[in-house]
Amino acid sequence: MAFPDSLILSADGTGSHPRFALLRRLLRRPSALCGLVLMAAILAMAVLAHPLYPDDPLDMVAAPFLHPGTDAAFPLGSDMLGRDLAAGIFHGARISLLIGVVAALVSLVIGIGIGALSGYYGGRIDAGLMRLTELFQTIPPFLFSLAIVAILQPSIATITGAIGITAWPGLARLVRAEVLKLRHSELVEASISLGASDARIILLHILPNVLAPIVVSASILVASAILSESSLAFLGLGDPNVVSWGGMVGAGREVIRTDWYVATIPGIAILAAVLALNLLGDGLNDALNRKGQRR
Amino acid sequence: MSLLDVKNLSISFATPRGRLAAVRDLSFSLKAGETLALVGESGCGKSLTALALLGLLEPPAVMEGNGIFLEGRNLLTLDEPTLRSLRGSRIAMIFQEPMTALNPVLTVGEQIMEVITEHEGGGRRAARARAVALMEKVRIPDAERRFAEYPHRLSGGLRQRVMIAMALACSPAVLIADEPTTALDVTIQAQILDLIGTLKRENGTAVLFITHDLGLVGQHADRVMVMYAGRVVEERTAADLFADPLHPYTRGLIAARPGLGGSGRRERLMEIPGTVPGLGAMPVGCAFSPRCAFADDLCRSTVPTSIDQAGGRIACHHSEGIHDREPAIRRIGNS
Repeated sequence: MAFPDSLILSADGTGSHPRFALLRRLLRRPSALCGLVLMAAILAMAVLAHPLYPDDPLDMVAAPFLHPGTDAAFPLGSDMLGRDLAAGIFHGARISLLIGVVAALVSLVIGIGIGALSGYYGGRIDAGLMRLTELFQTIPPFLFSLAIVAILQPSIATITGAIGITAWPGLARLVRAEVLKLRHSELVEASISLGASDARIILLHILPNVLAPIVVSASILVASAILSESSLAFLGLGDPNVVSWGGMVGAGREVIRTDWYVATIPGIAILAAVLALNLLGDGLNDALNRKGQRR
Repeated sequence: MSLLDVKNLSISFATPRGRLAAVRDLSFSLKAGETLALVGESGCGKSLTALALLGLLEPPAVMEGNGIFLEGRNLLTLDEPTLRSLRGSRIAMIFQEPMTALNPVLTVGEQIMEVITEHEGGGRRAARARAVALMEKVRIPDAERRFAEYPHRLSGGLRQRVMIAMALACSPAVLIADEPTTALDVTIQAQILDLIGTLKRENGTAVLFITHDLGLVGQHADRVMVMYAGRVVEERTAADLFADPLHPYTRGLIAARPGLGGSGRRERLMEIPGTVPGLGAMPVGCAFSPRCAFADDLCRSTVPTSIDQAGGRIACHHSEGIHDREPAIRRIGNS
C-alpha cells in the first residue's frame, strides 16, 4: 500500500475519532507518557511563572548563595547575586519554550516549503534548492547561528531567527524525499487527471499525507532549538534582559566548586525539557508509524 | 459528431539506447454515448494511451502525432493551464485501484467537492449539496452519512463509485475508464460497469474502456480496438468481433477464453504461443509474426497497414483469407 503512515494515522478500526485514537496509542507507551507528563510540567511552569513570581526574576530578592531547602520562601535557593532560582527556572521555561517553538516554526516553514517545491517540481528547481540546502548544511548550524547573533546583537527575535534559519536543511531533505515518493503515485496522477492545480495537489493531497514524519521531526526541532538557545545564552549571547536557563548555567559555572546547585538546577531544567521532547518524538514516531508492529 | 478524435498518435520513450516506441500510429474516434473498448495484454500500450489523452505523460515519454482533438480542440497544442481546465471537466478518468487514487486523509465527500470547486468555483454549501447528489447518482446508499467517511472505511465497490462520482462531477464529454473493475469482486464488477453504462446513456458521455478482459467487452462495449505491441491490430464492432474475429491475434485471444463447459468435458484452454516482444526487440515486420501460425516472409519483412475490411479496420496481410486457414489456428491451440 502506498500510504501506510497516513492511513494508520486515521485507521484504528475501533470506530472512535481518529485523533483520539492517536492520543490513546501515545498514552499506551510508557516513554511517551513520561515525555507528555514532563512536557506538561514545563508548560505549567511557563504558564504559572507570572502568577507565582510576578516580579522580575532578575531582581535581587534574597541573600546570596542561599542553598536549596534552607529557606521556605526560596525553595531552590538563590544565586551569587541573591536572585531567586525558582523564579528564574519558571520564567526561563517561558523563554525556552517560546524560542524553541517559534524557531522550530521558522524551520518548519522554510524546510517544508523548500522540500515540497523541490520534491514536486524536480529538475532545475530541485537542483537549485538542493544546492542551497547543501550550502547551509556545510556550515555547522550552531556556529552559524552564533555568528548571526553576534553580528545582530542578541535579543529574543534575533536568537529565534538565527536558530530557525539554520535548522531547516535536514527537514527540507526529509520532506523532499517524502514528496518525491508521492509525486508519481496514483493519488497525484488521479488529482491531476481531475484538473487539480499544483498548489492544491501539494497542500491538499501531498503534505497531509507526509505529516507523520514532519510531526515527529517538529518535536525534535523544538528540542534542538531549546538546546541551541541555552548554548547561546551559556556563551553569553542570550538576551540580557530576560532570564534564560542557559544563561543561569553560564552564571553558575564560576561557582560550581562551592555552590554546585546554581548551575545544576537550570541544567536539570534544560535536560528535562529536551528529554521530554525527545521521548515525545519517539512516541509519536511509534504511534504514527506502526508498519513493523502490525504484522 | 465525434467528441474525441485521435490522429496518428505515437508514444515513445527517449532512452540512452535511442527511441523506444510504445504506441505507434494510433487513430480512433469516439462519438457521444459510445463505449469504445481498448483491449490488449499488459504492456501493449493501453494505459499509456489513457495517460497521453489526459496529457499526463512525463519525460522520458514523448508524444507525437497529428492531433488529439477533444470536442474540436487539439490537446497537443494547448498550454498547461488550458489543459488543466479541461481535465476533470471535459475529459476525466477512472483509475484501476480506487484505494490508492483517493486521498486517505480527506473524507470522500470533500474529495468530490474539491473537483467541483476547482472547476466551477461557487460556495462550499452548494458544492456539498452537489457532491451528495452525485453520490446518490452513483447509487451510494446513505450518501449523506457516507459523505463524511474516509476512503478506508468504504468497501472497494463504494470507493470505485466515489471515483466515478469525482470523474463525472463536471459532466465530462469523454470518460476514460482504465481497468475500472480489476481491483473488485466479480459481482461488484458487473454493478460498476452497469453504472458506468447507465450514466453514459443519461449524459451522452463517450467512454473509452480500457481492459484486458474480453469477457467484459462483449457486454459493455459498442466497438472494440484490439492492441498488440503498441499497434491496433483490429477494430470492429463488438458484435462482429466476437462473431468473426479476423486478425490471428484476436482469434487467439477469443479462443483462449475459458467457456462455460457445456459438454462437461475438461477441455484444454487454447493459448497463444510465445510472449509479447519487448520494446527494444520488435520484429522488423508484423509484431505478431513470431507468434502467428499464418506468418510468411511478407509478414516477417513488412509491417501490415490498417485496411478497412468487414465493417472495421484490420492490420494483417492475411486477414482476407483467414477462414481458409482455420485448422491452422486450432493446431496451435492444441499443440
